[in-house]
Amino acid sequence: MRYAETGYNLEIDLSRGNIEKVETDPKLMENYLGGQGVAAKILWDRVPPGTDPFSPDNLLIFSAGLLHGTPVPGCNRTAVNTFSPQTNLLAHSLMGGFFGPELKHAGYDRIVIKGKAPDLVYLWINNDKVEIRDATHLRGKGTHETARLIREELKEPYAQVAAIGLAGENRVYTASIEHGFSSAARGPGPVMGDKRLKAIAVRGTKDVYVAHPEELFQLCIELRKKIAESDDVGDWMAVDEDDSFHHNHFAWGNARTRQKNYWSKELQERWTRWKYDHMDRQVGCYNCPKKCVNVISWPGQKRFGYKCYGKDTYHMAAFKELDYSYQILGPAMEYGLDSYSTPQVLAFAVELYEAGILTDQDLPDFPSDSGERIRYLLEKVVRREGIGDILANGVYHAARQIGKGAEKYDHNTTKKFEQLPIKLGKLNPPYFLMIATGEKMAITQIEGSFPQDPIPDMEERLAFVKKWEVVLPDEKFKKYFLEWEKRHEISNEASCAITDWNEAMHYLDDSAGFCGFLSSFRGQFGGGVVYHINNMPYIISLATGMDLDKDGLWRIFQRNRNLVRALNVRRGLRREDERPPEDHWAVRDHEFEQKLLDDYYTFKGWTKDGIPTKETLDSLGLEYVSEDFLRRGILTGNESTPSKETPAQKDEELKSGGR
Amino acid sequence: MKSEVVKKVVKTIKVNLDKCNGCRACEMACSAFHAEPKYSSINPARSRIRVVTDPLNDEYVPIRATDYTKAGCDGRRVYTINGKEYSECSFCGTICPTRDLFKDPDSGLPLKCDLCNNDPPLEEPMCVQACSLDALTYEETEEEEIEELKLDEMEIGLKSLIDKYGLQKLADSFARMSQKG
Ligand code: SF4
Ligand code: SF4
Ligand code: SF4
Repeated sequence: MRYAETGYNLEIDLSRGNIEKVETDPKLMENYLGGQGVAAKILWDRVPPGTDPFSPDNLLIFSAGLLHGTPVPGCNRTAVNTFSPQTNLLAHSLMGGFFGPELKHAGYDRIVIKGKAPDLVYLWINNDKVEIRDATHLRGKGTHETARLIREELKEPYAQVAAIGLAGENRVYTASIEHGFSSAARGPGPVMGDKRLKAIAVRGTKDVYVAHPEELFQLCIELRKKIAESDDVGDWMAVDEDDSFHHNHFAWGNARTRQKNYWSKELQERWTRWKYDHMDRQVGCYNCPKKCVNVISWPGQKRFGYKCYGKDTYHMAAFKELDYSYQILGPAMEYGLDSYSTPQVLAFAVELYEAGILTDQDLPDFPSDSGERIRYLLEKVVRREGIGDILANGVYHAARQIGKGAEKYDHNTTKKFEQLPIKLGKLNPPYFLMIATGEKMAITQIEGSFPQDPIPDMEERLAFVKKWEVVLPDEKFKKYFLEWEKRHEISNEASCAITDWNEAMHYLDDSAGFCGFLSSFRGQFGGGVVYHINNMPYIISLATGMDLDKDGLWRIFQRNRNLVRALNVRRGLRREDERPPEDHWAVRDHEFEQKLLDDYYTFKGWTKDGIPTKETLDSLGLEYVSEDFLRRGILTGNESTPSKETPAQKDEELKSGGR
Repeated sequence: MKSEVVKKVVKTIKVNLDKCNGCRACEMACSAFHAEPKYSSINPARSRIRVVTDPLNDEYVPIRATDYTKAGCDGRRVYTINGKEYSECSFCGTICPTRDLFKDPDSGLPLKCDLCNNDPPLEEPMCVQACSLDALTYEETEEEEIEELKLDEMEIGLKSLIDKYGLQKLADSFARMSQKG
């Protein structure tokens, strides 16, 4: 019997209308856990690097995390992976809610979708009964509307639905997949639309088994209690109404304008009233006692839910207030649009108009009010109408398609992806590394265990590291933090190790299915997360029966990290792409940054071009990757891991023909 | 069925809808506790408590399975509470044929809440323990009441089989199976 995982993939070929249930190799779990880890392996094996993201041969994979459906609380993040048309690299996407656990109960660890349907369809998974059904009557329907109609026509009120809206159908690059009040962004939306897959509905009534049921269940009662009682996990923004942080520090409009003294007491009172006068409730995800999602019913709008910084992006793009976002978030959720990247694309167009690069010809009847403008552009983009057809490709591509100097206004993308609109003074070295080398495109998906800034007060600093006793991978992080006085002054050695730890927790969350608010993202705020490198091995062992310790789990992180890296390297990602936006920090030092990047690559066992060396790959059991790299000439065989390189050694290697 | 006046501890689980976040931990926990052997599997579809959920209507109602009935009611009454519409079924714990709730997914047999009857007794029923938000709270009060003899789980199961196949057919099968022994 398989524990924690079901041991089955659901393979769907939309071109041929073929459906297969395929048993998986238990080794996959041992090597990559599940979730995004196993998805990366499948993409490596089955999608050759030349594959266009809009080719039928591109795969779209919905993965449950390894621990979904077990009693482990707050394990519900579904990973959606594919190759993104915007970046041409791996799309990293996660959504909370109920989808992954339901899929497990239906008897599958993941759905692997290939091909393209002749016309709009949806997938109905009811345990062993799986159908590809006509969805032409759902064309143009909102994401929640679609979910409701599907549940009604199937007479399955308990089916969990993930759907695209008009934006996804029209292959808008910033389209999301919406499921309940959660959404999966950064790439899979347009691919789902390209495959003409409107939605997936899933209902599962099967058992999920774990290896040590009683111990795990008792442990989970304690964990759930801790999660419920702790202020160090969950989304504090759901209760803290002081949002001066984003409004004073993040840049408004097209990631351009700082309003350093924007926040005021009076404003906070007004916004708090708007929120609580219209908030029905705060809800959470499957088997989690937190209440991160604010559910709002704003007059004249459908109910919608939002989490975290998601409420700020539209009004900050439009220079408006919270009520503006409350009016636009509902419709944007129905269209299925990512609330992080979309507003930036729209504000970018406003800037181009003000600069005279886009004219009244491009934007007929363009309103004068900044809020109306964003709304106007949004409608154009989701329909790919007129200029919207170009803007729908995201800032990077749109800038180049528009030309006439528009490229200059693309100032906030890295690897062709819109970054958070943060513009700061002095460099934060770990952040330089994370934004430059991150494979997950958004900093929130990379940062998280080590704080963003030093704590000025030593007492507070000591109190903070005290909570680290249980969570730390290594004592050295305490030292780094206690000695950290000024943001830009931290050793390269520390920056590399910090980046590594931050990444590690995300890679583990994304394969096991833990929510980042209980783990990878949240440690930086408060220091006392519930899931960390020291208890994850035990939890995973109880669930799966694997004999796993901290070192073993860390190796799985390294394997998954390098595999994801390899996927992108094979599609052409190189050192020159690893550049945070030029104006992310005002004070830059090119030489320092490049040395830092060198050190990080060395730390990771990568070449000077950011390619994992044969030695690194082979030591993680990724020989199939190094062989592929050698065959393709991506590695020549003469590389060595720079850290271990001394001139004498180098000679030796050359003599022996390299490793 | 005979009835008598007894002094007894009345166990109740109170439900505060305002506190529910819709997480369904209660379902998960109930299914684990009633698995054979205990905790050996998780399956909310086998839970004796279900959270009726309709997010767009802001509806989150945990209901426990109470009694089994062979005939469903029409369930067509609609209640509006604080501007939100609820169907009658949203509050009803009856195991009835008109909906797909509280039936074992394999056998189709009814699943009734037994308040986690256990030896030794649990401090609190499992769903209450799993609900960290106090949407479910457990109360024991001592009351004098006229008690009807309640059917236990096996009897309910048998009754539903009788309803489905008729007493004669069931008796025949029973006789046949006992002979095979
Ligand atoms: S912490 Fe919040 S976002 Fe994460 S699983 Fe729990 S409710 Fe969902
Ligand atoms: S565990 Fe509590 S909060 Fe969660 S769904 Fe059940 S009743 Fe609601
Ligand atoms: S009291 Fe026990 S049997 Fe009844 S619903 Fe709760 S967990 Fe299930």
